[in-house]
Amino acid sequence: MTVCKKVVLRFDSKIVEKPIIYSLIKDYGLIPNIIKADINPHKEGYLVMEVTGENDQYAAGVEYLNSLGISIDALDEKVAWIEDRCMQCGLCTGLCPTHALKMSRPSMQVSFDGDKCIVCEMCVKSCPAKAVELHF
Amino acid sequence: MGFNLFSKEKRFFSLFDLKFWEIGRDTIMALTKTYEEINEKIKKGKAVVVTAEEIIDLAKEEGISKTAAKVDVVTTGTFGPMCSSGAFFNFGHPKPRMKMQKVWLNGVPAYAGIAAVDAYLGATELPEDDPCNKVHPGSFKYGGGHVLEDLVSRKPVKLEAIAYGTDCYPRKKLETTITIDDLNYALLFNPRNAYQNYNVGINTTNKTIYTYMGVLRPNMGNANYSSAGQLSPLMNDPYYRTIGIGTRIFLGGGVGYVAWHGSQHSPLAERTEKGVPKGGAGTLAVMGDLKQMRPEFLRGVSLIGYGVSLAVGIGIPIPILNEEILEYTLVTDDDIYAPVVDYGVSYPNGEPGNLGLVTYAQLKSGKIEIQGKEVRTGSLSSYPKAKEIAQILKEWITSGKFLLTQPVQNLPSIEDDITIKPLVIR
Repeated sequence: MTVCKKVVLRFDSKIVEKPIIYSLIKDYGLIPNIIKADINPHKEGYLVMEVTGENDQYAAGVEYLNSLGISIDALDEKVAWIEDRCMQCGLCTGLCPTHALKMSRPSMQVSFDGDKCIVCEMCVKSCPAKAVELHF
Repeated sequence: MGFNLFSKEKRFFSLFDLKFWEIGRDTIMALTKTYEEINEKIKKGKAVVVTAEEIIDLAKEEGISKTAAKVDVVTTGTFGPMCSSGAFFNFGHPKPRMKMQKVWLNGVPAYAGIAAVDAYLGATELPEDDPCNKVHPGSFKYGGGHVLEDLVSRKPVKLEAIAYGTDCYPRKKLETTITIDDLNYALLFNPRNAYQNYNVGINTTNKTIYTYMGVLRPNMGNANYSSAGQLSPLMNDPYYRTIGIGTRIFLGGGVGYVAWHGSQHSPLAERTEKGVPKGGAGTLAVMGDLKQMRPEFLRGVSLIGYGVSLAVGIGIPIPILNEEILEYTLVTDDDIYAPVVDYGVSYPNGEPGNLGLVTYAQLKSGKIEIQGKEVRTGSLSSYPKAKEIAQILKEWITSGKFLLTQPVQNLPSIEDDITIKPLVIR
């Protein structure tokens, strides 16, 4: 069975130098899609990605990451769209990379589909009405 | 109809009373209406009022003459950030009295260089300790626009004032909390609102830019526009034949008035055959009692990397005095063109030119094509709110509580020589 999970990897400064994504693809046959990352030489880092692969491959990949001391958590950062505060301008809909925030036409009403959201935070920054929030 | 009785060349017809004028088989009743006649119908609850969206299909079904005879008022609406906005206040005198040389509301400075205990708070004003763009792009979380929203939300607002003290006004310092209901006077006065048309912002550079047109991604990654298009007030009266000084309007949820033409009002902008300007053009200075207004139609906004502003809701009724006026209100998103302007290079440098014109129908579809590239669009202006405003205004008029006013003076139009000059640095 194929799984598709959004996860956050956190690793210490020693692991930053290792090509872990390469191993996940090559050795475990997983398809990582990096959404966001902050990785700097000699520093701790984190990486948010969506991983797709077969169940057993995924389990083996997780085991591999754990063996390196990398913590894997489900992505529980969530974007919340506060409808009451939304001015229905639609500025976010021109920026949202996955069309999680989209405009119905011709009514031009904004709607949000949390399942499509990859928490890139583009909307959080750009919303003039501060109607999108990041929840942890 | 083959010709228009009220086109410019034939305007002399309007000198006559053209009731019962017969053309072919159609007997046209009441080709002209007056403000008084329309108001009489409003008072009796008999006025026929439709929105600028509804009128399009109605005229298609019934024809120009019949529609002009039937419909009394077309209502328009717009809602979007309008930076040239703000409010005058009178706080009342404390004991002992005070001149209030400098004033802050929730930490945002208001201009107090007018009479004692009066001040003007501008929508784009920021607290003095706001980091602005020191760490770019700044988030601009709170400013003048937000104070105005808090006031109309009837939230308590902190008032601080200082003064040098005079014999008549001895107090030098004050700190208290007020709500809008404590104020003697709160007048929203916006020197430049309701732009007739506007640029579409795009960015041709290879870096993300943060503008008053929103976040513009590199290499024409997106394009932002800001107009209600076919619902927008000045789009439905492109030569300002009915909207003038004294026109009663919907403003921020309350009743307001057109005070003057707005700053940067530029009627001589290039226009299409139907009179629709292909760029900015007309603007309005509007005013109204802030105490009547509602936060749904007066919202503080934060534009990342740019600053704060106030989103203002405006609705203007257009009396269908004759067929010419009706025909202007039939404008559709397909008829309205906006210039796509590069906010990465040409705009900031004050250079003319654009990357082409697109229609609001294209902009509202969610994507436009620029130089062969498909570009996603976003809007700063809210179409659902614009529709809501036109609808509310329609209900106000239909229910007889909102009468139309004839302008005491028309706004400068294409006959007048008004142009906007750049500032020459000497």
